[in-house]
Amino acid sequence: MNIHYEFPLEEVGYSFGFLDEYAKKEVRRTILKAICIPGYQTPYASREMPMGRGFGTGGLQLTLALIGPDDTLKVIDQGSDDSVNAVNLRQFVQLTCPGVGVTEKLEEATLIQSRHRIPEVALTEAQVLVLQVPYPDPLVVVESSEARRKIMHAEADYSRLLVKLYEDIVHFDEITISHRYPTRINRHYVIDPSPIPRWDVPKLDQSPALILLGAGREKKIYAVPPYSVAEPLVFDDVPFRVEDFRDEHGQRRACARCGAINSFLDEYSDDNNAKIYQCSDSAYCDGQLAQHQQREVKG
Amino acid sequence: MSYVAIKGGKAAIDGAAAAAEFLRGHDNSGEPLKLSAIESQLRLLTSRVVSEGGLYHPRLAALAIKQFQGDTLEAAFALRAYRSTKPRLLATPLQDSTNMRCIRRISAAFKDIPGGQMIGPSYDYALRLLRLDLADEDPEAFQSVARTFLTELPEADLPDSFPKVLDALRAEGLLPPVTESRGEPFDITREPLLFPVPRSAALATMARAETGSLLAMAYSNMRGYGDVHPTVAELRVGYIPVMVPHPVTGEPMEAGEVLVTECEVVAMYESGKAASLPTFTLGYGACFGHNEVKAISMAILDRALQKGMQDGPANPSEDPEFVLLHVDGVDSMGFASHYKMPHYVTFQSDMDRLRTTQVKAREAEQSPQREV
Repeated sequence: MNIHYEFPLEEVGYSFGFLDEYAKKEVRRTILKAICIPGYQTPYASREMPMGRGFGTGGLQLTLALIGPDDTLKVIDQGSDDSVNAVNLRQFVQLTCPGVGVTEKLEEATLIQSRHRIPEVALTEAQVLVLQVPYPDPLVVVESSEARRKIMHAEADYSRLLVKLYEDIVHFDEITISHRYPTRINRHYVIDPSPIPRWDVPKLDQSPALILLGAGREKKIYAVPPYSVAEPLVFDDVPFRVEDFRDEHGQRRACARCGAINSFLDEYSDDNNAKIYQCSDSAYCDGQLAQHQQREVKG
Repeated sequence: MSYVAIKGGKAAIDGAAAAAEFLRGHDNSGEPLKLSAIESQLRLLTSRVVSEGGLYHPRLAALAIKQFQGDTLEAAFALRAYRSTKPRLLATPLQDSTNMRCIRRISAAFKDIPGGQMIGPSYDYALRLLRLDLADEDPEAFQSVARTFLTELPEADLPDSFPKVLDALRAEGLLPPVTESRGEPFDITREPLLFPVPRSAALATMARAETGSLLAMAYSNMRGYGDVHPTVAELRVGYIPVMVPHPVTGEPMEAGEVLVTECEVVAMYESGKAASLPTFTLGYGACFGHNEVKAISMAILDRALQKGMQDGPANPSEDPEFVLLHVDGVDSMGFASHYKMPHYVTFQSDMDRLRTTQVKAREAEQSPQREV
């Protein structure tokens, strides 16, 4: 090794958005193609990011390619702005995108990056939602070869997926897919909507906001453009069902913190091993709590 | 533990980093590792990281090894992430490995080869007995090792480069002729793999693949899930001068040199194309650094994949998708690690499905006449 070698500069040497401009341009072009072909898994090169493949590198590349100094970013993981991974991603964007605002309030955000959840409150046309994707292809459960899956998608041949759902009903009298529920976009491509719960799948349909999905490790970007039709795969006589939060008496469980009875709940045990239910969407929970407190003050 | 545990993510991240840093500094000798020591005394570790990181930069590799406390996957990963911030300035033209300044070069195919066998630095024939004298090595004795070696080295009449063993076989007509029309090589850092992929994409993917993953796939072929039965025609380790076009004149100029391990295997013959005679088949492996097991594994897999691309895969190691999408260390370790992240939401959803299914199964048990 050359003894006169000088080390590269520290982080200050990184350009806005970490990636070099060619990489960002490539991601933006892929996004445009993905929007033009709703639900199509558009391949792109996908750069290595300084966090693990599987930690949201696909979503992060979308965010970094889209974000500008005027944007306000919200990052959530498991519905929470405070979870370790969300904090990590947000800090990285703050470090590499000087001037960008960050927020925990949904209504303030122009760009929302999320893992495993879509916020409870409906998004607007002015917002873009970026979802992190581990498995971009819903057909992977029935066909392991990507080359063959590509042909099946092109022919909109989802018969084997439907057979899987049918076999579930035969075995268990129930469709067993809990999350990553296969969803058909604009009546052609079926997508893996990322590991959102079934609770969030209806939010994809006619969404005013652009929804972008990024799989960094699998090197795919796909989109649910605004006001697209998004239909979960079902049979005429077996309706799609979201998670059931009723107790054994058929009563809808409420969030232990804000009392909401219309949100996706996290279930956990306290130190006495008692079950507790709480909103998964922490910003929604905070909002509900603030409203109650306002009402109390007025009353 | 309560739900609050996930609050205060920033403090948790900082704390975790501090705890890891504590373990790095918790060394009674009080001596921080010198990068030069890692680069030279742990040269094979550095080689591995340079190769899997896909960036020829031994000094930064040594830094990454130090920073990540010897984890090769993490260190290679850091090199890759560093590379993501750099634009691609140019693609190098084809480099000729005949020009390699060899430190080692052997053939298993012939007792003697033009230019001669040159064992060089190798543990192949060393007894794997622990050398306890290294446990408390005297610095002066250590410093004299290199000096003594160089002074006692006989004046050898070594050529600057060696001919390729394959060239002799090719001249004899035992190998297929080299086809001149090579297309643009596939750049895996700028294009995703869409199958079927050209051989250059497979080679590039394997060149920066994780050593253990490549070895496992190749070993499956060696053991019987495949039938490459390779003979190492030539394995060479050395420095290749990197030639790039001069920015002004366009003439090739030497920009530096890279340490490379290259392996060429000859395998079972197959019938020739277009009425030509049958010839042996070839497998090629090459990677940055001194990584012999990796280069051999790659050469075997290259042969297996060529066979799979031609006849259809009969074994996992012949299936391009199976091999190429599962050998990258950064991808596979990242995904394995991600399972440590919270999955509350999806697990909630899983429990919902199981509970509903259990309720239905219980109901069905209680009313056995019900038809499914």
